[in-house]
Amino acid sequence: MTALEPRLLEVRKNVLKQNDIVARSLRDRFHTAGVFVVSLVSSPGSGKTAFLEKLLTMLRSNYRVAALVGDLATENDAARLARSRAPVKQIITGTLCHLEAAMVQNAINEEKWDLGQLDFLFIENVGNLVCPSSYDLGEDLRVVLLSVTEGEDKPLKYPTIFNSADVAIVTKSDLAVPVDFDWPATQRNIQAVRPGMRVFQLSAKTGDGMQPFLEFLAERLAESRAAAAV
Amino acid sequence: MHELSIAMSIVEMAQEEALERGVRVNAVHLKLGAMSGVVKEALLSSYEMACDDTPLRGSRLVIEEVPVIVFCPNCDTQRSLSSVQLFCCGECGTPTSEIVQGKELEVVALEIQ
Repeated sequence: MTALEPRLLEVRKNVLKQNDIVARSLRDRFHTAGVFVVSLVSSPGSGKTAFLEKLLTMLRSNYRVAALVGDLATENDAARLARSRAPVKQIITGTLCHLEAAMVQNAINEEKWDLGQLDFLFIENVGNLVCPSSYDLGEDLRVVLLSVTEGEDKPLKYPTIFNSADVAIVTKSDLAVPVDFDWPATQRNIQAVRPGMRVFQLSAKTGDGMQPFLEFLAERLAESRAAAAV
Repeated sequence: MHELSIAMSIVEMAQEEALERGVRVNAVHLKLGAMSGVVKEALLSSYEMACDDTPLRGSRLVIEEVPVIVFCPNCDTQRSLSSVQLFCCGECGTPTSEIVQGKELEVVALEIQ
């Protein structure tokens, strides 16, 4: 008997299919519950947690908010965010450099959060500008943050994540002058990798520039609920 | 560095397919988009690691790189980019972020025996 000749078998399977299936089911669940879900991605140290703490504190007077926060280790960020008095859950990823949809699903199920009782759910991803770009978490809006101390060319160095985001926020604007931050160059670089992207500039420390972002979120929540009602 | 977990998914996928059909996999053919967020070189070395202690040990990962194609609203057709640092039509220069192709991370075929 002769050995079988090698042959090519057509398959066509998306490698991240499993994540995409979970993300889709999360998105359906979020829409049914009427909660608007925002994820935050950035490099470590760009101010995601400080921004989120400020945001949760400001939103809490008018909206029902909760947050999931991913880190490789420690519950430090959840403890910081809990100061806003919003419900917060830490997701410890261990060695994993990004969040996956199943982790978000597990965290929500463990906490037994009633999503129907929420207006906004925030998901702070692990600080990383590479890996999170590949994983859909079922969010409505992906926000990429960039601090003024990081350098204006970050968007050109990490085009994939900037391109995968819906909105960009330039943080730590209170430090823009001491570090000679070049705002037009940053705008140019963001628009080069993601034409038309809306960009906010703010300081979580002073609160400057927070209000326009809050108004933007309120508009997006209203739009999303109006669309669901049709 | 999420390439190892992606490589493990690829191996798992191929293994399932091989088991189902009772065949041996010599190579996995993968389409990899320039905007997939996955680095080719890292994926190739991760693949070798992921194959260890599996029936796919010694198999090859054949990667077909897929360039980004965008839709240009001005030309009203699909165009290539000159670089992923500049999302503009390669012909007329109109900015566009409508990606038609380039996010692929897809197993397209298995070389079996």
